[in-house]
Amino acid sequence: MGRTLAEKVWDDHVVRRADGEPDLLFIDLHLLHEVTSPQAFDGLRQAGRRVRRLDLTIATEDHNTPTLDIDKPIADPVSRAQLETLRKNCAEFGVRLHPLGDVEQGVVHVVGPQLGLTQPGTTVVCGDSHTSTHGAFGALAFGIGTSQVEHVLATQTLPLARPKTMAITIDGELPDGVTAKDLILAIIARIGTGGGQGYILEYRGSAIEKLSMEARMTICNMSIEAGARAGMIAPDETTFDYLKGRDHAPQGEDWDAAVAYWKTLRTDDDAVFDAEVVIDAAELAPFVTWGTNPGQGAPLSANVPDPASYEDASERNAAEKALEYMGLTAGQPLREINVDTVFVGSCTNGRIEDLRNAAAILDGRKVADGVRMLVVPGSVRVALQAVEEGLDKVFTAAGAEWRHAGCSMCLGMNPDQLAPGERSASTSNRNFEGRQGKGGRTHLVSPQVAAATAVLGHLASPADLSDALTSAGV
Amino acid sequence: MEAFTAHTGRAVPLRRSNVDTDQIIPAHWLKKVTRDGFEDGLFEAWRKDPEFVLNRPERDGATVLVAGPDFGTGSSREHAVWALQNYGFKAVISSRFADIFRGNSLKNGLLTVVLDQEVVDALWDLTEADPAAEVTVDLEARQVRAEGITADFELDENARWRLLNGLDDISLTLQNEADIATYEAARPTFKPRTINA
Repeated sequence: MGRTLAEKVWDDHVVRRADGEPDLLFIDLHLLHEVTSPQAFDGLRQAGRRVRRLDLTIATEDHNTPTLDIDKPIADPVSRAQLETLRKNCAEFGVRLHPLGDVEQGVVHVVGPQLGLTQPGTTVVCGDSHTSTHGAFGALAFGIGTSQVEHVLATQTLPLARPKTMAITIDGELPDGVTAKDLILAIIARIGTGGGQGYILEYRGSAIEKLSMEARMTICNMSIEAGARAGMIAPDETTFDYLKGRDHAPQGEDWDAAVAYWKTLRTDDDAVFDAEVVIDAAELAPFVTWGTNPGQGAPLSANVPDPASYEDASERNAAEKALEYMGLTAGQPLREINVDTVFVGSCTNGRIEDLRNAAAILDGRKVADGVRMLVVPGSVRVALQAVEEGLDKVFTAAGAEWRHAGCSMCLGMNPDQLAPGERSASTSNRNFEGRQGKGGRTHLVSPQVAAATAVLGHLASPADLSDALTSAGV
Repeated sequence: MEAFTAHTGRAVPLRRSNVDTDQIIPAHWLKKVTRDGFEDGLFEAWRKDPEFVLNRPERDGATVLVAGPDFGTGSSREHAVWALQNYGFKAVISSRFADIFRGNSLKNGLLTVVLDQEVVDALWDLTEADPAAEVTVDLEARQVRAEGITADFELDENARWRLLNGLDDISLTLQNEADIATYEAARPTFKPRTINA
């Protein structure tokens, strides 16, 4: 019987398989950042262990880094101490680090792909649940906890039970103005925040094949919001074109050997998935969340749902609590929800294409009075590219704030936070209670919806702008 | 890791689904670089409400958390497990856990037990009616017991063995160091390296 993409990559990394034991899996790439690594390095020190494969390990600073005044000492002493701890640990153990101020610094899941380190058929781990992003290249990539970070540092392997596989097939054409973000939000609303638990997802179908690498990363990034540790897309010419010539992409004969291998990384025709979901691309529309988990979303044209309409008691209860926290009323049109803040950025939507899409909407327009808009590039490289294209000027001319790279308001570990009661339209990945600041209220949206919302001051799509552009791009 | 065989204690019924790790321990607590001192951050936002179940005096010293489905969704932060343990919890019961949280909990000796929602409902009813009711989580027998409730749970044999013996994963893996070296020697040269040779 044939194998799925996930099974092929898994099998190629089994170091040891024995009855009654989880498989021992080799890890090709280990990404580190300041938040989930300090206790792991402490563990190594206490046990007198070294980092086994420094050449498969790389660190960057992202969660705590400020997006203003980056040339000054970090104001928050606790954040500063955590970044200094990473610097000290990387120096002591010999780990390559891109600190704040370095040209390769940025959100860990933006940095790996842009350096060409994330490649098809590799296993990629990081102490961060959005490691699923790298699955866009046909890598098996998943988030791990700090104990596992220590385990990978010490052994370059992880003992893991093989997950089941789920196919999510999206065929057809995405309608104009419908983006990868809308697609993944719709998928999560359909299967739920627990729908992917225990599975590796594979996104496939003609709608996926047409997507750029940036769009594929947006989709794989949010696999975890459907409960799946990993989401994958089979590599193709789009993947190879993206990788060719990047710093760490194979070269010469290695490139040819790599591509020959990468082309084998497709689910066999006779392979069987443990579960399958089929979605018609043509039925999709701009999608936003109204609640406090990423599964609580609806098309922008819909109204806030009535909790009483849920048959399941736990879903009804969750919807009631969500509406209370979000300050919304059942039946209220989503388009009439006013926001205070718009955030464009994060490992979900902080890449160059995302900034281009937002800038295209903002060009020649103004951010509405009373709305604060933050644009935070995913990495320094993304920022430099945006400046080269003049996007920064489009944002500032519209009245948005152009910031330095980092995780920023996605989780508010730095000063970029919502005040209690403030409401955002955010291109990030989690609308959890307090995620963007204590008492803050988050609506997850695409970069295009974020930009249109900034202009109109309420949740809106580019089509709602009176002088609407014909195409917002995908 | 401390070994886990069986534990008996009073419970906290948490009637909420989708308790994400941002609720268990908010992000600003993640700046700490130790594994301890997270107890005050546990469910920080909800604990501002004096009526929140964890704040009720009758729940003082409770050690078993009984939560709604999809507990521990979201971030991979192991701090969520440390916060529960620092506070004093030894076990968490739910009908469904997020994968990463579950993995993290078992690595730290916090036993996460999956039971049918009907059993969770029964445990909620029991412990709400009688806050002094004790719940036993028996890993050897793979069973949860409380007054009027006996429920078997599943946990794979390997994970159970590691927990029962409090074994360190890294030491176990390093017993197979030769297998790792063999694998490494056979890796293709086109695989990426972070440091160019």
